[in-house]
Amino acid sequence: MSKKEKKLLWRILIAGVMFTILFPLHLKEVLPEYPELILFLIAYLIIGIDILEKAVRNITRGQVFDENFLMAIATIGAFCLGEYAEGVAVMLFYQVGELFQSYAVSKSRRSIADLMDIRPDYANIMRDGSLVQVDPEEVQIGNIIIVKPGERIPLDGIIEEGSSSLDTAALTGESVPREVGAGENVISGCINQTGRLTIRVSKEFGESTVAKILELVENASDKKSKSENFITRFARYYTPLVVIAAAILAILPPLITGQSFNIWIQRALTFLVISCPCALVISVPLSFFGGIGGASKSGVLVKGSNYLEALANTEIVVFDKTGTLTKGNFVVSEIYSKQMSKQELIRLAAYAEDYSSHPIAMSIKKAFGKNVDNSQIKDTTEVAGQGVRAVINGKIILAGNTRLMKTNHISYDDNTSAGTVVHLAVDGEYAGYIRIEDEIKPDSRQAILDLKAAGIKQTVMLTGDSDAVGKKVAAALNLDKAYTELLPADKVEQLEKLMHQKSQKGMLAFVGDGINDAPVLARTDIGIAMGGLGSDAAIEAADVVIMTDEPSKIATVMKISKKTLRIVRQNIIFALGVKGIVLILGALGFATMWAAVFADVGVSVIAIINAMRALNVKKFNQIHGYVL
Amino acid sequence: MKKTIKLQDLDCANCAAKIEHSISKLDGVTNVKVNFISQKMILEAQDDQFDTIIAQAKKIAKKIEPDMVIMA
Repeated sequence: MSKKEKKLLWRILIAGVMFTILFPLHLKEVLPEYPELILFLIAYLIIGIDILEKAVRNITRGQVFDENFLMAIATIGAFCLGEYAEGVAVMLFYQVGELFQSYAVSKSRRSIADLMDIRPDYANIMRDGSLVQVDPEEVQIGNIIIVKPGERIPLDGIIEEGSSSLDTAALTGESVPREVGAGENVISGCINQTGRLTIRVSKEFGESTVAKILELVENASDKKSKSENFITRFARYYTPLVVIAAAILAILPPLITGQSFNIWIQRALTFLVISCPCALVISVPLSFFGGIGGASKSGVLVKGSNYLEALANTEIVVFDKTGTLTKGNFVVSEIYSKQMSKQELIRLAAYAEDYSSHPIAMSIKKAFGKNVDNSQIKDTTEVAGQGVRAVINGKIILAGNTRLMKTNHISYDDNTSAGTVVHLAVDGEYAGYIRIEDEIKPDSRQAILDLKAAGIKQTVMLTGDSDAVGKKVAAALNLDKAYTELLPADKVEQLEKLMHQKSQKGMLAFVGDGINDAPVLARTDIGIAMGGLGSDAAIEAADVVIMTDEPSKIATVMKISKKTLRIVRQNIIFALGVKGIVLILGALGFATMWAAVFADVGVSVIAIINAMRALNVKKFNQIHGYVL
Repeated sequence: MKKTIKLQDLDCANCAAKIEHSISKLDGVTNVKVNFISQKMILEAQDDQFDTIIAQAKKIAKKIEPDMVIMA
């Protein structure tokens, strides 16, 4: 509790004690009128002096619809009508509510801050032979920093020495530690668990992963959702309208019906107590902030409340294939040899491809698994778009696609099924082929199932890959549609067509790796980039960044989005409903000022507590039952 | 020019909205966000008018939420 809050608490206690003594005396009418008034006034001033001060100050500045001013009028009005007890009680309860509200807000602020607690406090740097702690902002590119076990990695860099396991949970939501060793890149914000690491810094603090993530999350709530815009606009008109209604209520009915002014003024004062739209104005953005915070705890950065809101209305999810649904690393899946042993075939292919760094060549060399003896290779020439020709141990080896076979008039086994096929010929004789395929990510299938369960109408895949490969992956994952052999421009065109297929309110999300699909990401309602951890391009280009490589996180963030919107709706309906009912009851004379105080601050507190539920995303993270 | 300004003791969410609305109407202000939760204001305005705008913004804030301190 802050100093300010403690002071208020004391005033509440003193005034509360006075009130509990005075109230029974007041009911029994034991005190003479003036001493009673004076005692109630003292209690009133103890509890409400700051409100009165602010009211005077603000009204001199022309703030007519100030909440303090309206509260002051309502309670002073009660005194004027002879309802001393009510005047004190209303102020007392209002202050209790304010205290709760202030406490709840600072508590929410703190739990959100804790969540974002990935900011490193210091960096250990070697200076004159001893280790000193410096501000991470002072460390420059190329400096060597030391990270001891248990410490947070302060800056992005490359490990020079040491190995350890890193806890990346704060960034990715992933609970399994990551093993790292010398030569590997490490990212700021991770916690070093086991070994001492010597790291060469590669980015300044302002450019580091941790600074970027913090900036993103903190500014995310500035991109306002539709519901927030509605509430801010609503709030602007709500107070003046209620105050005008109160004025009308005080004057018109007694003039028409001839009833006493006192009754109607009292009812009008009830209106003033409910005239602050605070509950709504606090709880709606707080819910979104909580949702964004919760998502980042699960390793998903949402760059704005508007995107979090849009995610709940997603109807179509479009995926890029390579790097998104598949791992993007190619492995040999089949070796077919006509005569020689499979081992010999892969050896020849690996030797022929030795000079190439193409992913296909790399995967063949990996499958071969042994060192290549360069002395056996002579005269390697690359045939652009076809493959390679090499002389190995005096034999002419051709390794490449069907076009290479055709141009050299070699009859080959036509094989149209999925995957990239490298054909091999030795001295003009067909030898066999090697099939290379991309691997589907372990959670891709579950991701599609989860999306379907979350109510996504269409799942689509766009790929530049061959029809056979694309169709095979789409079938394995149970996707609704797959468009294959697309050039980058075709992807945009295809996306435009899909945009027409959704309903008016529906959203289309595109999921890519964020590296070469910037035009598509820009064109969609929601651009989602995968594998954001360590990739600036992905963080820049997308609206939603998934820090890990798991497509299943898309369904996770959609669930968080739906929960957040549910909370927002509950709060709006609850706050407006209670206020509306109390206004009507108040106008009819059934609701007292006590009910009005509850409708004002009580509702705020309940709405804030409800909003904080958006932060709790634990159950969404426990969905990793891979079905493959 | 864009500047993030800390707002100390910003206690009332409705006031935050009012302050944002009033400051956004100032001449030369291109964008302003008052964030009640992080107690910050992000102000974007023309370079040559920036100081006068900050002064005006302080005045507005003082008028709407007198307890608040702009840490600029």
